[in-house]
Amino acid sequence: MRLHWYVLCQEVIEMEKKKKSLGSIFLDGIINQNPAFRLLLGNCPSLAITTLAKNGVGMGLAATFVLVGSNLFISLLRKIIPEKVRIPCFIVVIASFTTIVEMIMAAFLPELDKELGIYIPLIVVNCIIFARAEMFAQKNPPVESFMDGIGMGTGFMIAITIIGSVRELLGSGTWMGIPVTVNLFEPATFFILPPGGFLVMGLLIALFNKVFKVKDPRTIEDKEVGCCAVGCQGCANAANGGETV
Amino acid sequence: MKELFAILIGAILVENFVLTKFLGICPFLGVSQKTSTALGMSGAVTFVLVISQAVTWLTNEYLLKPYGLEYLQTIAFILVIATLVQFVETVLKKTMPALYKALGVYLPLITTNCAVLGSALIFVERDYTFIQSVVFGFAAGLGFTLALILFSGIRERLETADIPEAFKGMPITLIAASLVSITFMGFAGLIIS
Repeated sequence: MRLHWYVLCQEVIEMEKKKKSLGSIFLDGIINQNPAFRLLLGNCPSLAITTLAKNGVGMGLAATFVLVGSNLFISLLRKIIPEKVRIPCFIVVIASFTTIVEMIMAAFLPELDKELGIYIPLIVVNCIIFARAEMFAQKNPPVESFMDGIGMGTGFMIAITIIGSVRELLGSGTWMGIPVTVNLFEPATFFILPPGGFLVMGLLIALFNKVFKVKDPRTIEDKEVGCCAVGCQGCANAANGGETV
Repeated sequence: MKELFAILIGAILVENFVLTKFLGICPFLGVSQKTSTALGMSGAVTFVLVISQAVTWLTNEYLLKPYGLEYLQTIAFILVIATLVQFVETVLKKTMPALYKALGVYLPLITTNCAVLGSALIFVERDYTFIQSVVFGFAAGLGFTLALILFSGIRERLETADIPEAFKGMPITLIAASLVSITFMGFAGLIIS
């Protein structure tokens, strides 16, 4: 089973090798491999904190910072880190950057920090960051990895800001705190409650699939999630293992 | 005792980890296709949650607090959890092969499960005692189990349903999750004091 996933991982890495230019790496993160809508990674924050558009931007920026930092450092250290202990090494690098973000947020943006709460330290276990470390930074030079971090981070930020905007508009009738729909309709609190998060995210992914004509979302999703990081790889792995039992 | 019961019911129903706090969404969406895999995964998560709550609480109380190192919480917790999961896997393999066979495949993926790190961060936030945080971990695990098993039942039916092209895969799963989450909102008014 492990071999199977290994082969898939190699395939994706090969695929990524072909696209070299920095611009395409950046654009990949935003559309082709949008982490929230296409790779379906990092679902925890994209559902939990998107009650306000502002939170989406804050979370997106924090995740981008961690992603860029960890991608850059892991790429710089890629020849030093031994294959067998790479996961703990990645964890330490990612956790350090997360701690930096936590401290910066607590010091300069205490309000946002309070709003996002435990979801800031939880960036550590965000699949996106592991996935990029494992799939990209580990195999590519620093400049490309840096760009990949920026692309993926921006893609994630755009995605969760959209989710946040939709939920805020429908749920509170405001956007970025500005009243918008005062005389149009009564805001439905449902959308800022947890079920609204699941619903909006599901509908937005469907819309994204429709607009960008994703042929068979299921195969892509399986493949990508399958060879992402420890967490998701495990999930897919386990799902597969379970089926054969 | 009453307080512990409140934590137990609270974490299972009122603030269900998956459906209201969005912790552990990855396995919730990833391994809920079949009830049997869902059972294995939730068993492993509950098992690790209880142990990790105990160990992270001790780490926090006796290692981080006395030296004023609370700012290293995130790094310390994730490393402790990662080591612990590895340790549990090795011990289970040697001593309880039957249990290892049932839970083994799910163990390595728990390190990056938000629920485990999340509950450790929550006990710090709420200043729980040792017993309280262990009970909280156990209850969070049970809540996770409940959500996962309920949901896997629904997903098994989705397999045969006729779904529009764009909704296939994740979108319809998320919409189903939304409906399950609505039912859990019904517990929101339940306050035990």
